Amino acid sequence: MIFLKLMITFFKIGLFSYGGGLSMLPLLQDEIVTKHGWLTAQQFIDMIAISESTPGPIGINMATFVGFKTAGVLGSVLASVSVCMPSLIIVIILAHYFMKFHENTIVKSAFSGLRPAVTGLIAAAGFEVAKVALVDIQKFVDTGKLVDLLDLKMILLFAAMLFAILKWNRHPIVYIAVAAVIGVIFKF
Amino acid sequence: MKVLWVLYSTFFKIGAFTFGGGYAMLPLLQREMVSRKWTTDEEILDYYALGQSVPGIIAINTATFIGYKIKKIPGAVAATAGMVTPSLLIIMTIAAFFMKFRDIPVVGSAFSGITAAVVALIVSSVIKMAKKSVRGWYGIILAILAFCISAFLDISPIWIILGAAAAGIAINRAGVRNK
Repeated sequence: MIFLKLMITFFKIGLFSYGGGLSMLPLLQDEIVTKHGWLTAQQFIDMIAISESTPGPIGINMATFVGFKTAGVLGSVLASVSVCMPSLIIVIILAHYFMKFHENTIVKSAFSGLRPAVTGLIAAAGFEVAKVALVDIQKFVDTGKLVDLLDLKMILLFAAMLFAILKWNRHPIVYIAVAAVIGVIFKF
Repeated sequence: MKVLWVLYSTFFKIGAFTFGGGYAMLPLLQREMVSRKWTTDEEILDYYALGQSVPGIIAINTATFIGYKIKKIPGAVAATAGMVTPSLLIIMTIAAFFMKFRDIPVVGSAFSGITAAVVALIVSSVIKMAKKSVRGWYGIILAILAFCISAFLDISPIWIILGAAAAGIAINRAGVRNK
């Protein structure tokens, strides 16, 4: 039952992601690509790019897209509602009983462990994405040359982009647009 | 009813105009909320801090929080629904057409280039997070452990997250006792 599967999966993702931004990436990747195969690795990367260039949180955008792709409009609504559901329940309970939750010592010490671990997890998700993006196993198999294992054009563009992002702190959409133009001009 | 509609439409606006979520929504949220005298500037920062210490999407947490403060559970639902609607509409539209365009060679080239940018964006976000939140020897060890377990073993990030929270509590307890 795809609807139930979508709901359980995205509820889980909503319940176990901490820290905002790309911190949902590891769980999204694990559930959507590795476990359920709802998106291929490349489709997942495409969706990260689309999420970063459209308004709205990446978690909702992914839920909507995966839901739509696997089960149409109803699927996308259910997946999006499910990813918000843990937040809704927990925040309402906290708002009612415990406004100073974030000042609690146990919560603070839990976060002192969570933050570095989430950083490591995002790095691992990035590692998976890099394997798909920067390594060309097919070409290596075809030619048997170790040099062909790395996709040099992609690595160059990656390095240039990383340099630019760290130097000028612009909105992600700027870098995505520039990379798209470079991709078209140099026939990536 | 009117308050619920105002909540829905306000968060619809915030959902439609904040690219990337998170901190990007803060200025708009502040303007909309404070000008209506729904909250004060300090309260918003409090809500935001709380939104970060709860699982899930920070923007959704903050929306739920403010909605609840203003109109209890119906308010929380209205604010959250407002926040989600723009994404739903935009991404559904893209999903309906994207698959057809993706196979055009030019689009393929564009997305190959974009893929390199996505890797760079993830790496830069890891660097920024590492600078901000990986502190002390045990922070470094936890980050490296989480990376290795997730990258090389077939273990769900959920277990790593639960383990890291437990480790954080245990280490702080031990630290308190040593003093």
